[in-house]
Amino acid sequence: MTWTPLTPLLAAAATALLALVSDLLAPGRWRVPYAVALLGTLVTLAAAVATPVSRAGSVFCAGTSTGGDAIFPVDCAYVYDGRARLVAVVVVALTAAALLLWAPALRDGEAPVGEAVFLLAAAMTGGVALAGAGDLVTLIVALETLTVPLYVLVALHRRRQSDASAASVTFFANSVVATAVSLLGAALLYLATGTVQLRGLTSVPEPVPGEWHPVALTGLVLVLVGLGFKVAAAPLHAWAPTTYDGAPVPVAAFLSTASKLGGVAAILIVVQGVLQNGPSGPDRGMFIAAGVALAMLAALSMVLGTLGALRQRRTVRLLAWSSVAQAGFVLAPLGGLSGLAVLGPAVGLLDAALAYAVFFVVLEVAAFAAVVALRPGEADGGSLDDLRGLGRRAPWRAAGFAFALIGLAGLPPVLAGLFAKITVLQALVGVDSYRLAMLVALVSVAGLAVYWRPVAALYRGGDGAAVTRPSWAPTAALTLAVAVGVVLTVAPQLLYTAVSAWR
Amino acid sequence: MSDPLLLIGLLAVPLAGAVLAAALRGRAGLVAATAVSALTLLLAVPLGFDRAPAAAGRGVHPWHQADLPWVPALHLRLQLGVDGISYPLVVLTALLTLLCCGFLLWQRPERAHLLAALLLVIEVGILGTFLALNLVLFFLAFEVVLLPMAAVIAGWGGPARRAAALKFALYTLAGSVLLLVGVVAVVVQTNTADLVSLTAQPTLGRTAQLWIFGLFALAFAVKSPLWPLHTWLPDAHTEAPTVGSVILAGVLLKMGTYGLIRVGLGVTPQGAAHFALVLGALAVTAILVGSLVCLRQTELKRLIAYSSVGHMGFVLLGIAAGAAGSAIGVQAALIGNIAHGVLTGLLFFLAGAIKDRTHTGLLGDLGGLRERQPWLAGILGLAALGSLGLPGLAGFWGEAFAVVAAVRLGGTGWLVLAVLAAIGGALTAAYLLRLLRRVSHGPAAPALAGAAEARVPELVAWAPLVLLALLIGVLPGLVLTASAGAVDALTAGVAP
Repeated sequence: MTWTPLTPLLAAAATALLALVSDLLAPGRWRVPYAVALLGTLVTLAAAVATPVSRAGSVFCAGTSTGGDAIFPVDCAYVYDGRARLVAVVVVALTAAALLLWAPALRDGEAPVGEAVFLLAAAMTGGVALAGAGDLVTLIVALETLTVPLYVLVALHRRRQSDASAASVTFFANSVVATAVSLLGAALLYLATGTVQLRGLTSVPEPVPGEWHPVALTGLVLVLVGLGFKVAAAPLHAWAPTTYDGAPVPVAAFLSTASKLGGVAAILIVVQGVLQNGPSGPDRGMFIAAGVALAMLAALSMVLGTLGALRQRRTVRLLAWSSVAQAGFVLAPLGGLSGLAVLGPAVGLLDAALAYAVFFVVLEVAAFAAVVALRPGEADGGSLDDLRGLGRRAPWRAAGFAFALIGLAGLPPVLAGLFAKITVLQALVGVDSYRLAMLVALVSVAGLAVYWRPVAALYRGGDGAAVTRPSWAPTAALTLAVAVGVVLTVAPQLLYTAVSAWR
Repeated sequence: MSDPLLLIGLLAVPLAGAVLAAALRGRAGLVAATAVSALTLLLAVPLGFDRAPAAAGRGVHPWHQADLPWVPALHLRLQLGVDGISYPLVVLTALLTLLCCGFLLWQRPERAHLLAALLLVIEVGILGTFLALNLVLFFLAFEVVLLPMAAVIAGWGGPARRAAALKFALYTLAGSVLLLVGVVAVVVQTNTADLVSLTAQPTLGRTAQLWIFGLFALAFAVKSPLWPLHTWLPDAHTEAPTVGSVILAGVLLKMGTYGLIRVGLGVTPQGAAHFALVLGALAVTAILVGSLVCLRQTELKRLIAYSSVGHMGFVLLGIAAGAAGSAIGVQAALIGNIAHGVLTGLLFFLAGAIKDRTHTGLLGDLGGLRERQPWLAGILGLAALGSLGLPGLAGFWGEAFAVVAAVRLGGTGWLVLAVLAAIGGALTAAYLLRLLRRVSHGPAAPALAGAAEARVPELVAWAPLVLLALLIGVLPGLVLTASAGAVDALTAGVAP
């Protein structure tokens, strides 16, 4: 067994441990653990990029199989393929962005720095593990590693204790329910199919015997609904606005990007695994179950998220509701599964969901970075009225915010967001899922009304004192995020190539 | 200069100019914007020279072409080209943008450099729409104009500008997402987005064509605008600043009618033929409703805005006749497009000039313009007469031949539509003469007493439009000979 595919995971775990230890060795100096964590994140990023991907890039495998001349390991718990690499790279980069955004607050002692960076690095480790999870057990352990540190991170807030504890308790309670639902679903799936394998080649593709079929279907739907919590998809979305608004803004940024991307990756792994190993041929039950469940989640999220966002007065709450709606757009292509019977055309839907998710997290992290950069010294995201006149007083940062919001609305000149919408529609129309495609199209019209208000507020007259200069770290994060957004506007093919690289 | 360089330059130059104008700020930015828009016009005009020899057969036969890869995953290529249908519109767009930038240079409103930069971005979008030979690229360009135009209205408009801008943006976006679904459906079903091959041999099945054309028609009807989807237009026009109104009426609305001709008739001819009579009926309703509303309008800009609904109704009637296979109808629509762009552009310039002087647009407060401002009154008279379709001026050809096309098609339905459209033409004359009586004639209104006569920079900005209105009126061949081949290639072989 080779350890090479585990390099990014080990680097991430080492980052977390070193950050914790360095805080013990150099107490009272925020720079030391912070620098260790940031450097460690960058090393992890390099490792994630450099680690080679291949079919054989799998570890903890239960057996081998021969196909042609090559010998494949099968039944693997961790598979570092092209998709895993993409997810890992993005999750690590988003962690770095969250760290940058948090720098001013950590410097000012808003949160205990050692704990903060350790927990963030631990969550990142969960995200990297999740990216390559090859079976249900690894998947759920990784998902919990990603989620549990966030219970604490949400509450790490010196100035806004009451908001923070409300946010944390809401998040915790919802998360526990969702985990329980997922676990129950996983258990039912295992019961029905006799395997927990999801990735790559299993030694024995297990057909589900007829009488176990309903159990397998129930299990799949429960797992998906539970995972829907991670991406803040309706009906398990109600935690998002309270939690995002109560949490420190950088943690909210992590929650709505890295953590959400982790949820998307988990859903993709489960859907692909179950459909690959599950029944095939004339029995379309699994496809219909997965497709209908995901279409319901997507439609509900898009509609409820957009309607909810229309009424918000606080910036972060608006972003939270909009990210519920965006989760719906991410899941929408998977709703097209219900019309299929074989995995072949379904991979296009999976790729479309991942491509949309990546477009989304880039724009979303830019939006959160702009919120932090526009409000130096403030502990929260403020209300929409606080944005008034910033277009004149802080033109560059306001332009960054407008860039992100216009992208989230899916409009030119930020073509990245428009390409994302086209990707979803193309995937849906490609499998004749016209009803869902029309819903996606119509909801994105209402989406314009959502993002119009913050953008209009930025450029509405409003005088006031000059804005304080932000520190370098949030500005750097904003610049990088917008730069990536510009690259995706000009050359989106880079992303499409990366997304389909796993095939 | 080689074709691809010229065509891509036509988009890249205004885009770079927009960045430059925003970066330079102040007067320097405005000068840069004006220079860039002049350069764009200089790039646009030579596209009409040195045409590729006309090929036989149905479809788009571009005079000049460019083709570069962009995003293979979405079938998106940078395919640009110009032919007889798009060339007059391209030149008109470049001309109106230049006039607007020059006008800003003289008028100098607040943050004028940003306004000029936005106008250049809008120009990129409009030119991109007219030049695109790739369906996905066409959609992207179609979308590009949305936010900058909304920003022009919201940033520089009248008292109710924000609501008008949001209404404009939401309406237009609702139209363009339908367009997007249609575009994606075509691309997925035919596995290509190349307009040349899509129009040469429409491979879509009849049922697919029917509902895809339905989507296209809705999308373009919002933009054109076609009754009953026109309600965003009066608000947007009334609130928009003068240059915004000029661009909006002059060329932005033409994206809808152009799209209907190029994409609707081109890609889904059977669907278009099926819906031709419905489209014609809606167009005639638009003519009648627009005219009747105009008769009761009391505000100058709102009246001109509603008159656009009526005039675009004639253009759409021509397109509807074209959808039923009439080449004359498409020709009428094309020349009607250009004439409306020139004349309404001019009317909005004049309305802006009057409102700037009197700070009111209410017809009741105006009057006697010819007493003290003969030049202003004279040009207003010319624009209004042209707009009502007086023979010898540009507006005549489009309206007359839209009716002729409908009569030629025969059948009770088309004849009824032709008669109603002709009545609408008479009503058009009625309300434009009423406008003239209220504004130019009668005793001099106090609001106009101290107002200045037309100034030289204003006259310079209007002169090209006056000239074009006269030229197209006398020599319609200017537009028609360029487009004749392209129109025949489009309407050839349409199965009813």
